[in-house]
Amino acid sequence: MRLSLKVWRQSNKEAAGGFEDYKLDNVSPDMSFLEMFDVLNEQLIEEGKEPVAFDHDCREGICGMCSMYINGRPHGPLRGVTTCQLHMRSFKDGDTIVVEPWRAQAFPVIKDLVVDRDAFDRVISAGGFISVNTGNAQDANSLPVPKEAADDAFAAAACIGCGACVAACKNASAMLFVSAKISQLALLPQGQAERSIRAEKMVAQMDAEGFGACTNTGACSAECPKEISLENIARMNREYIGAKFSSSAV
Amino acid sequence: MSWFSQTLTSSIGKKLLMALTGLFLISFLVIHATINAMIFYNDGGETFSHWGHFMGTNPIIRTLEIGLVAGFIIHIADGLILWKNNREARPVKYAVNNASANSTWYSRSMGLLGTLLLIFLVIHTSHFWIPNRSNQFATGEELNLYQMMLDIFQNPVVVLIYVLGCVSLFWHLLHGFKSAFQSLGLNHVKYNGVISFIGTAFSIIVPILFALMPISIYLGWVK
Ligand code: HEM
Ligand code: SF4
Ligand code: FES
Repeated sequence: MRLSLKVWRQSNKEAAGGFEDYKLDNVSPDMSFLEMFDVLNEQLIEEGKEPVAFDHDCREGICGMCSMYINGRPHGPLRGVTTCQLHMRSFKDGDTIVVEPWRAQAFPVIKDLVVDRDAFDRVISAGGFISVNTGNAQDANSLPVPKEAADDAFAAAACIGCGACVAACKNASAMLFVSAKISQLALLPQGQAERSIRAEKMVAQMDAEGFGACTNTGACSAECPKEISLENIARMNREYIGAKFSSSAV
Repeated sequence: MSWFSQTLTSSIGKKLLMALTGLFLISFLVIHATINAMIFYNDGGETFSHWGHFMGTNPIIRTLEIGLVAGFIIHIADGLILWKNNREARPVKYAVNNASANSTWYSRSMGLLGTLLLIFLVIHTSHFWIPNRSNQFATGEELNLYQMMLDIFQNPVVVLIYVLGCVSLFWHLLHGFKSAFQSLGLNHVKYNGVISFIGTAFSIIVPILFALMPISIYLGWVK
């Protein structure tokens, strides 16, 4: 396949970036999108140019690193698929593909397509954990968990923290991510001790990071590679409002 | 900050206010549409004026009216604050954005649709509510709202503005009705279907009912 690429290049956080045009002549339809970028980078290195910086790690859809805004959509045109799992057969010979970094106040561009997603880590540090006593682990079977709760918690736990929800949202809202993390723990017995304070602190941190507020457009869930459901945002709203009006933390 | 103002100024708190005031305004629309629909009795405005008089003079309704004005002000102010915050959350826009692949245009345009409603609201209140209340304040007498309607809706431009106001209301409600329930955390497999059905039906029926009023008067169906 022959492809034209328009790729966002930016040398550092402060620099003004811009699009660069590239041509690739020999792209296999079986390549993944990131492999296509590897080929581009080899070509650039051979030409003595700076390769394109992009995030990636597992290349199997589980680490959440591969943030690319492809032709106006996070992770490209397919549903429920990360950029690393997107293949060139989803494009046509002769296509022009525009690739941009995630755009959000809370996700500043570090270089080219790489953005700083520490904001997510700070939201998790604020409360996205459970405190566990040391000593012998309790027998797992002594904690009954209803099947439905286990299923919902598992579905929420599938979130890989990629940030596509923020990237897709017109408000750059992080509510799908944060709600998945709050839900996962709120649904299970282990999460109960810190349930209220967790919702209060994580939402406060989310706001402090400068993410926008949800307007229920549903873009996040439609673009989420793990298809995290909007039910989680409703649950987070219940958890947060309930905690604020009833917890003893003033 | 007290926990209460902290809650209401948080992102979720602002959405909570938006949803509560939005649903309150929807409840107002039910009453407003029902009473105005009395003109379709075509009885020279007798039934309409009877209920209009009740709404304009009953002390309980007049007290609730203060709540309605407050509801509008909170909804509009909070909506504009959210709109501004949300814009600031994405200072650099995408060069290519295929938003229609993941969401409806009207769900992304609530601020715009709301602003159109606000413009309509200014025009509409200066036609009826403001003159009537100022007259009541000055003389203690109500104006003949029915006759005023018959006069005002002779102008095709006014009729067009009202119809466009109803169109904006349709799109605003088509997203807003369901959205309010989601913001309140009311998302449940057993009720989502009903909420969605009522939301869509409401968004269609109420604006059509409203739009029919100026149209029927203009075309002389209601005299
Ligand atoms: C008059 C000027 C108005 C403005 C400026 C306005 C603005 C807005 C904005 C910005 C939103 C939030 C966007 C979103 O949640 O997606 C919103 C939501 C909403 N509006 Fe309005 N609006 C106005 C009038 C109305 C009226 C007359 C009604 C109904 C009778 C209404 C009902 C709603 C509802 C139900 C929501 C959804 C609340 C939620 O999502 O939680 N609005 N409005
Ligand atoms: S909710 Fe989905 S889109 Fe958002 S960070 Fe998690 S996996 Fe990515
Ligand atoms: S590189 Fe790990 S999810 Fe794509």
